[in-house]
Amino acid sequence: MNLLIKGGRVIDPSQNMDDMLDVLVEDGLVKQIGKNLQASADVKIIDAAGKYVVPGLIDMHVHLRDPGLEYKEDIVSGTRAAVAGGFTSVCCMPNTKPTIDNKAVASYIINKAKAEGFCNVFPVGSITYGLSGDRMSEMGELKESGCVAVSDDGRPVTNPELMRRSLQYAAGIGIMVISHAEELELVGEGVMNEGFTSTELGLKGIPCVAEDIATARDIMLAEYSGAPIHIAHVSTKGSVRIIREAKSRGVRVTCETAPHYFSLTDDAVRGYNTNAKMNPPLREAEDVAAIKQGLQDGTIDCIATDHAPHHLDEKDVEFNVAMNGIIGLETSLPLSLKLVDDGVLTLNQLVDKMSCNPSNIIALERGSLKVGAAADITVIDPSLEWIVEADKLASKSKNCPWLGQKMKGAAVATVVAGNLKFVR
Amino acid sequence: MAEFKHKHIIALRDLSKADIELLISTAESMREVNSRDIKKVPTLRGKTIINLFYEASTRTRTSFEIAGKRLSADTVNIAPSNSSATKGETLADTALNLLAMKPDIIVMRHAVSGSHYHLAKKVSCSIINAGDGAHEHPSQGLLDLLTMKERFGRLDGLKVAIVGDITHSRVARSNIQGLTKMGSSVFLAGPPTMMPPGVEKLGDVTVCANMKEAIQDADVVMMLRIQQERQGKTLMPNTREYSRYFGLNPENVKLAKPNAMLMHPGPINRGVEMSSQVVDGDQSWILKQVENGVAVRMSMLYHVCGGELE
Repeated sequence: MNLLIKGGRVIDPSQNMDDMLDVLVEDGLVKQIGKNLQASADVKIIDAAGKYVVPGLIDMHVHLRDPGLEYKEDIVSGTRAAVAGGFTSVCCMPNTKPTIDNKAVASYIINKAKAEGFCNVFPVGSITYGLSGDRMSEMGELKESGCVAVSDDGRPVTNPELMRRSLQYAAGIGIMVISHAEELELVGEGVMNEGFTSTELGLKGIPCVAEDIATARDIMLAEYSGAPIHIAHVSTKGSVRIIREAKSRGVRVTCETAPHYFSLTDDAVRGYNTNAKMNPPLREAEDVAAIKQGLQDGTIDCIATDHAPHHLDEKDVEFNVAMNGIIGLETSLPLSLKLVDDGVLTLNQLVDKMSCNPSNIIALERGSLKVGAAADITVIDPSLEWIVEADKLASKSKNCPWLGQKMKGAAVATVVAGNLKFVR
Repeated sequence: MAEFKHKHIIALRDLSKADIELLISTAESMREVNSRDIKKVPTLRGKTIINLFYEASTRTRTSFEIAGKRLSADTVNIAPSNSSATKGETLADTALNLLAMKPDIIVMRHAVSGSHYHLAKKVSCSIINAGDGAHEHPSQGLLDLLTMKERFGRLDGLKVAIVGDITHSRVARSNIQGLTKMGSSVFLAGPPTMMPPGVEKLGDVTVCANMKEAIQDADVVMMLRIQQERQGKTLMPNTREYSRYFGLNPENVKLAKPNAMLMHPGPINRGVEMSSQVVDGDQSWILKQVENGVAVRMSMLYHVCGGELE
């Protein structure tokens, strides 16, 4: 099916474009962008008046739980949630069962996504075999099988020698290492951020420095190795400062944060709310301010959700017992648009951080509406107001701290490779 | 007579000054029952109380059991083994099964802070917190207040020093909440490794640089138990050094007001947080705390059952 997206505000940082334009899609590619494009009779017209038309959003950090943990999410439900949230591509983390540490698992994901999924799925392989932390995965084969990065997300590579060699080795192959920066000895049995709230609730705290020290270590190892590194889910002001300093010296470091780290503080844990429990944990107001500053000044390159579905049985329990993580695919866009409303980001920056930058960091060759590019397109209504309701979320899991709350802004059409995969 | 409107007692943080006053004043009446030859009143006859203790306890569990029995309630003690959680039954399922037997009150001790709030969403009976993680221990806080009131006749304007591992202490948190609400001031001392961030914002709380500063001119000195099994190995060198800097002994006790009252929630590590001379000395109110514990728990059981004093 060919599409003509008419009358929207097309924002595409990859070609410095921000204008009221029409976008014509043919055979899965962007065919033409211009004013008053005419469509032949067989073209489906999407009226985008009053809407933003942007390169399809890319979430470089999600957990699809497939294979092995399909009771939480699977490739079908996860990608349905993705397109409902405006995402045309997601990168799925390797902590599945079995781990994405071999060609068979990577191929299974890619094939299932192609056959049954709603958006592009790019697997991330593991740095270490079985996430064991003791020997490297076959990164060459992982890359050949379609993995776009490697990460032991969920746990750090604790052995600095192995991390150093993994960075070196991955650089040789040309695959990005995504670091889960956490010093486990400092985390101990902590279950939330260490601060006044943990003191009042009597919950064991996780100090900021547990993240900062690991961020610093991995950046130093990358710098020493001359290898690039991407830091996942940055949550502390210390990490922002360390990354900013490294970038200023030309270290090849990029990073992401998640919407909850600029939208919530550890106050959200009050009432022992397990939907506010994640790792890294929600931090304090000054960390939130630093994350916003980092987004604004370019220290933080991407917004990624760390979409982490968990079954109700894993969340409706005592706080210490509850699993870490929240879903994020369907709330990321409105929470991020709020940064634009609040003057933290320009629209251009927002599209950079949710599409162009992630594409560039892991070489997805997306994040652009240039003529000839794959037609991954998100049409956004920035003023649509809606309530987050559990039974309306596409994700199988409902572990979301914003249930019942009002959101402003939503994807109204999500086009993947020229196919209209979602309409609101 | 003021009315007690809470179905559960989970934390002193959730109670008002008037609530606390009511609980203490009822406890004062209950104390009279405990001094009789026949220590039993029919107040809670026909009520069933389950003491569900996920953590070991001698004093608190016995005290709740006696409190229930003196009010003529039927009390049942359950101590699920620590492994029962790993065998698959969740806290909520255990509680729902118990609830099917129609108890009126579940008194629970649990290692996870906040687990009583989770439980309260699942069951229809009243819940009393007998200690949750490092969060609160409201019956201990109330019995400490009752004991201080017995000694001073009031609960405002007191200087109360609390010394020890504040980070891991639910006793300290309940006392901070209770004392602040009643108009007294809390002075904390302990190794910096055992002082939680922002604790001074919990109420009328001053964090002192050392133990001397905290107990200087104090009306009450409350010593906390050192629980090495809970604290891991990184918070202090050893108990020998700890007792040198944070132990109460006949010498440093002189810094407090003359005849200041000395308290400890028990069980005591003699020679660590308190020397035997002060534990057994004239200023010690430790056994009085235990005695008052029964009266306070009778008061708590009585009020969550919606009772009114005749």
